[in-house]
Amino acid sequence: MKWRKLIKVAFQSILKNRMRSLLTTLGMIIGVASVISLLALGKGSQEDIKKQVASLGTNMIIIHPDSTFSGGVRGGSGSQATLTMDDVASLREETEFIRYVSPDIRLSEQIIAGKNNWNTSVNGVSVDYLGIRNYTLSGGSYFTARDVKAKSKVAVLGKTVVDELFPGQDPVGTRIRIRNVPFMVIGTLNSKGQSSMGMDQDDIVLIPDATALYRLSDGKTLRAVVVSAVSEEKMTQAQARATTILRRNHKLNDDDDEDDFHISNQTEIISMAGKVTGTLTALLSAIAGVSLLVGGIGIMNIMLVSVTERTREIGIRMAIGARSGDILIQFLIEAVILSLIGGVIGILVGLGIAYGIGSVMGATVLVDPSIIVLAVAFTAGVGVFFGFYPARKAAQLNPIEALRYE
Amino acid sequence: MNMIMETIKLNNIHKAFTLGGETVKALDGVSLAITQGEFIAVMGASGSGKSTLMNIMGCLDQASGGEYFLEGIRVDTMNKNQLADIRNQKIGFVFQGFNLLPRTSALENVELPLLYSRTSRPKMTRDRAVAALEMVGLAHRLDHHPNQLSGGQQQRVAIARALVNDPAIILADEPTGNLDSRTTVDVLSVFQTLNDNGITLILVTHEADVASYAKRIIRMKDGKIQEDRAVEERSFAAVPVSGNPKGKDENQ
Repeated sequence: MKWRKLIKVAFQSILKNRMRSLLTTLGMIIGVASVISLLALGKGSQEDIKKQVASLGTNMIIIHPDSTFSGGVRGGSGSQATLTMDDVASLREETEFIRYVSPDIRLSEQIIAGKNNWNTSVNGVSVDYLGIRNYTLSGGSYFTARDVKAKSKVAVLGKTVVDELFPGQDPVGTRIRIRNVPFMVIGTLNSKGQSSMGMDQDDIVLIPDATALYRLSDGKTLRAVVVSAVSEEKMTQAQARATTILRRNHKLNDDDDEDDFHISNQTEIISMAGKVTGTLTALLSAIAGVSLLVGGIGIMNIMLVSVTERTREIGIRMAIGARSGDILIQFLIEAVILSLIGGVIGILVGLGIAYGIGSVMGATVLVDPSIIVLAVAFTAGVGVFFGFYPARKAAQLNPIEALRYE
Repeated sequence: MNMIMETIKLNNIHKAFTLGGETVKALDGVSLAITQGEFIAVMGASGSGKSTLMNIMGCLDQASGGEYFLEGIRVDTMNKNQLADIRNQKIGFVFQGFNLLPRTSALENVELPLLYSRTSRPKMTRDRAVAALEMVGLAHRLDHHPNQLSGGQQQRVAIARALVNDPAIILADEPTGNLDSRTTVDVLSVFQTLNDNGITLILVTHEADVASYAKRIIRMKDGKIQEDRAVEERSFAAVPVSGNPKGKDENQ
């Protein structure tokens, strides 16, 4: 028999028992829908995490001074002033693995602009800071090396600060006051949103590091040093090299001497996030696998019923010249089509659920087309696997007995 | 060598079943020769072996002993797939219960054997099915489903299905068993017309009336041929098949 005819016959038989067919495919629908929706949401959240981590900075390595320890009281991270501008200068000399270096003198300050005031984080940073943290300018310009050298009183404002101090206005060219020191606003930053830790990355004011160090701070305390590796592949070497440089600078030549700083990079965060989502995906896949198994058994069950019901039809077909193989193919195709119908409905339902949850909860939904292809192939496979036994049963019927079957 | 090749040649056919540990000889040495154009009625009480004989001649079943030649080809040694192809190409079946596929149009029912054919071209399928339905006077019922047709019409669809592949023989197992007397004559007239056109027919029946429409009667008893004779006073159906289709519509 021709394939087109076989498929037509299979559809006729499925449509004759609409309700039954739908109930049978329910297992497949649920299984496929859960796989598709979970994978779409899982992939989406994984992508979210990646994006968030990347938004912290490109190939960024963060170095914090070690905590103080005196009389049993431990200060927080960065409470010890072990990082200096000399360290920054030494790190800048290393160009094989390190592209950008910036100190981070972080001060929490009340900022006044006209009638408005706002408490925010004032960061004294280098000219390379934008490149390290992936900030971009939305207006005006960034400060230059000359501004740093001259300890210029210039500031670049984050989106949140602009919104709070200059609602609906362009602040470039206006003056703000930080700890009663007047600063000229020379630029504004594009919004980066929240960091993966939930911090508002736009609630920030950037000023030249020297300005912060000598006009607002004690002239030596660096809250952190941020470094950008030349590439993602060179992260490890860059981190190792930075460690070596800092140990040499801090005269920690003995192997027993512990680092007086803490160095970390974002790939650690990514791999941790990846591990969590990986475990989650494995768990969900297992659940989906079980529901697909149950769906497949449902199809096998209904195909067995169908073979019994249509024993006489099988007998007729055999009497007029159908080979066993013809009957086998007919029922196999019916099982596969039944399974595929479930699969296709499941994909649609799954996408609906994923996008529904995505829009309600604001989660990112990412549908990998290969997942759709895989789902279709897998449901077809389930159809073949679970349809084979009933189809073989049909093909092995004795035509005489099948014709006599009431 | 015979000049006329027999359509069917059975040599000492045996068939034994085991039922509840007991061996039953359904056929016990049947030899038979049927030439082209014959119209044979096989008669006998139930258990006489006539159904088994039909099943073996129809290649639905295989003999446990003996030789069976169909159009000169030995078929008793064939495998299942070969037998399926023989059934498809050389044998047409007509059953007591019509055995049409439900919820399938008359035309599609008749097309079915052609779909399983390994030789026919798909383009010819519809034309040949329509021609077969015309031969049984149902050209105007192509798209009707079995439940929209009367018993006599259903049986005529079944006959059309049996002859669509141009078989060597048509085997009819109690084809009038489910029909009233008027429709029985109707169906028998179809058979007689087909036979007049040269088609070999073998008809199983237990009714002497029905058998009298055939040319030759074979009577079975205890798995053996008890009697094999020509019909002396042959009955003829009055109405020609395709003469007046409207007058023969017994329903609706």
